[in-house]
Amino acid sequence: MDFKLKVWRQKSAKEKGSFHTYEVKDISPDTSFLEMLDIMNDQLIRAGADPVAVNKGCQSDQPVAFDHDCREGICGMCSLYINGRAHGPDDDITTCQLHMRKFKDGETITIEPWRSAGMPVIKDLIVERNALDKILQAGGYVSVNTGGVPDANTIPVPRDDAEESMDAASCVGCGACIATCKNGSAMLFVSARVSSLALLPQGKIEAARRVKEMVAKMDELGFGACTNTRACEIECPKSISISHIARMNREFLLAKLKD
Amino acid sequence: MSEKLNSKIPEGPLSEKWTRHKSQIRVVSPANKRKLDVIVVGTGLGGASAAAALGELGYNVKVFCISDSPRRAHSIAAQGGINAAKNYPNDNDSVYRLFYDTIKGGDYRSREGNVYRLAEVSNPIIDLCVAQGVPFAREYGGLLDNRSFGGSQVSRTFYARGQTGQQLLLGAYAALNRQIHLGKVESFTRREMLDLVLIDGEAKGIIVRNLITGEIERYGAHAVVIATGGYGNVFFLSTNAMNSNGSSVWQCFKKGAFFSNPSFAQIHPTCIPVHGEQQSKLTLMSESLRNDGRIWVPKKKEDVEKLREKKIKASQIPEEDRDYYLERRYPAFGNLVPRDVASRAAKERCDAGFGVNETGLAVYLDFKYSIERLGKKVIEERYGNLFQMYEKITDVNPYNEPMMIYPAIHYTMGGLWVDYNLQTTIPGLFSIGEANFSDHGGNRLGASALMQGLADGYYILPYTIGDFLAGKIQAKKTDTSHPAFDEAENAIKAKIDKLFAIKGKEPVDHFHKKLGHIMWDYVGMARNEEGLKKAIAGIKKLREDFWKNVYVPGEKSELNQEVEKAIRVADFLELGELMAMDALDRRESCGGHFREEMQTEEGETLRDDNNFMYVSCWEHQGIEKDPVLHKEHLNYEFVKIATRNYKD
Repeated sequence: MDFKLKVWRQKSAKEKGSFHTYEVKDISPDTSFLEMLDIMNDQLIRAGADPVAVNKGCQSDQPVAFDHDCREGICGMCSLYINGRAHGPDDDITTCQLHMRKFKDGETITIEPWRSAGMPVIKDLIVERNALDKILQAGGYVSVNTGGVPDANTIPVPRDDAEESMDAASCVGCGACIATCKNGSAMLFVSARVSSLALLPQGKIEAARRVKEMVAKMDELGFGACTNTRACEIECPKSISISHIARMNREFLLAKLKD
Repeated sequence: MSEKLNSKIPEGPLSEKWTRHKSQIRVVSPANKRKLDVIVVGTGLGGASAAAALGELGYNVKVFCISDSPRRAHSIAAQGGINAAKNYPNDNDSVYRLFYDTIKGGDYRSREGNVYRLAEVSNPIIDLCVAQGVPFAREYGGLLDNRSFGGSQVSRTFYARGQTGQQLLLGAYAALNRQIHLGKVESFTRREMLDLVLIDGEAKGIIVRNLITGEIERYGAHAVVIATGGYGNVFFLSTNAMNSNGSSVWQCFKKGAFFSNPSFAQIHPTCIPVHGEQQSKLTLMSESLRNDGRIWVPKKKEDVEKLREKKIKASQIPEEDRDYYLERRYPAFGNLVPRDVASRAAKERCDAGFGVNETGLAVYLDFKYSIERLGKKVIEERYGNLFQMYEKITDVNPYNEPMMIYPAIHYTMGGLWVDYNLQTTIPGLFSIGEANFSDHGGNRLGASALMQGLADGYYILPYTIGDFLAGKIQAKKTDTSHPAFDEAENAIKAKIDKLFAIKGKEPVDHFHKKLGHIMWDYVGMARNEEGLKKAIAGIKKLREDFWKNVYVPGEKSELNQEVEKAIRVADFLELGELMAMDALDRRESCGGHFREEMQTEEGETLRDDNNFMYVSCWEHQGIEKDPVLHKEHLNYEFVKIATRNYKD
């Protein structure tokens, strides 16, 4: 399969970016999207290494920087807006799990970084997501120390609650929800953690403090408000439901009422 | 034996060693802990749990990771579960049985004292994780559920769907976040450790590259903890994450830390097969699938031909024409034999011409019987995310057709040598989790990596590092303007300049892929003397070629993923040679290390306990000089050594 790639290039956070177009040929449909980018980068590097080719006017761009790590959909490192969709034109996956068989031969593919005020571009397709860590640092935990905890089975948890908590906990922290939201809201991300812990007896003890501090941090960092468009839920690679946002709102309201 | 190799295993009965040791080692008072600095490199299960636990105790911790967040560390990708000797299912499990299974699974090449301690602390890990809010799978009564893993006849594995590593790491990351919030831990992201700094022979700091700006930075402490995982990416194709690398352990080795059992690499039997030359990594399908999946190939060659030509589907092959070779060869453990045994058995069938895909390198993992027995819904609950992942990658629905799998490099049992305190041969340098060599011998059992990472980080290192730091309460803060830091930083800068200056023709990946081929062909699932010698010569040649012909584009003072890779591959080109040397030295087969010359008539591993009952410990002698081999002899006081038997 052959493709034309329109890729966002931006040298650093301070400089302006623009689209550059590259071509890749003879790509197997079983190749993953990131492997296709590896092939594109290999071409760019080889062109840059070949002075004859450069003199003839061939492309000599630097390879495109993009975040990736586990390449099996769990680390949350890969991002990318592909043809206008976070993680590309397939459901319930991260970009690293996207395969070229999902595209048409000869297609032009547009590849952009996450675009959201809370996640500025560092270089090319790589964005800064430290804000997500900061929100979790504000309260996304149960305050227990190592040692001195009771036997695991002294804390029974109804199976359905554990399963729902697990649904929320499967968030990989990729930022697709924020990038997709027209308001740049981090509500799905934050609520996934709040809800996961609020569903468990272990997490209930400091639930009020947790939700208030995490929401305050989210607001402080400039993330937008939720207007229930559900775009986040649709693009979430782990299909995390916006019902967690509803639970967070309930938790938040209850916590505020107690103040 | 080198005098540095004092394993410090306490005297006394197995079950009392750790308790006795804890009561004898020194502790640091809270007031003094506040004065002491610890660097933790890596934020997987080992690093995150250690940094959190040390912060809780009151030490000043600096933690470093190469990703944009500690949560990305590759522990996150562990799927199946974590072992513990809770005996909740009432199936006669115990600390001793977990210890024994681990020693036996490791083919009698690990230390009894360490492994017993690991089994002992396995239970509080589960307690802690539950208290942290890890959503483990539960029964309808609200209590924790268990499943089975390879190499064991009890169900002792706790799990959170197929995402146990993720959930445990999020637990440790949350504990770490809490300490960051409290100001006890400082987190440095997108930093890669490039050297260890020694002052007067002790580990006093690290040199890192800021991956965003390209700046070289220095950090000092009273002790350094290496928790950077394994070096499986030396094979290029592996189940490791793309950024996982061996550079930090390799720099420690070059600064004098002994490297143990480098050749012990685990090949995981159930990975999605290689599809072509453009492939960048291999995806694991959890071992937990072997609870309910049956592994087979056709009995008849003509069926194999038809499958390869896609004339028939696997589901059309009748029951009597299927060879469930694990059940046939190992009736007692069946599909749940340890990983090394299952991997070799798959290779044996494929080498005999029964591989079921176009490349001839795949076997089936079939859920038909479990779906018939339990219903699709139960299978979906247990493995839904794995089935989805498989379908997304291969475009085949595993509910209808069996999965195709083949072994792939997954984990490295070898690593930095450590004593019972998890201290390397360099005072003040500790190593935990996959980065050390300690607990898994020649083969790691499934669901034991998570156990070891968290055991080291939460429950062992926080005690043992105190014994070292108690001697440092009068020591001043490490001064990073010390000449040792200048020297290390200058060396790194020179190395980076040299890489840019080569201006060759080939990208870094070209060399990495070539190295991977050499490693897989000669230092992979089956090894022999001739092949290993070829590998050593081939790697040397490739290394020379790399330093003449690699091309690193871009600038050093910017985010530059090519120079990151180049530094890592330069180290792999040295580490790979050491792996081959170690495999050549060990003229026996044990665990995942299979020397073709040493096998039984049935093709099983043949150990040589008289000559190889040791941990190999390699000491660096300088660039382009052969390292020296020291041996730590293993004394089995409690377990009767036997040939591993998974048949009856």
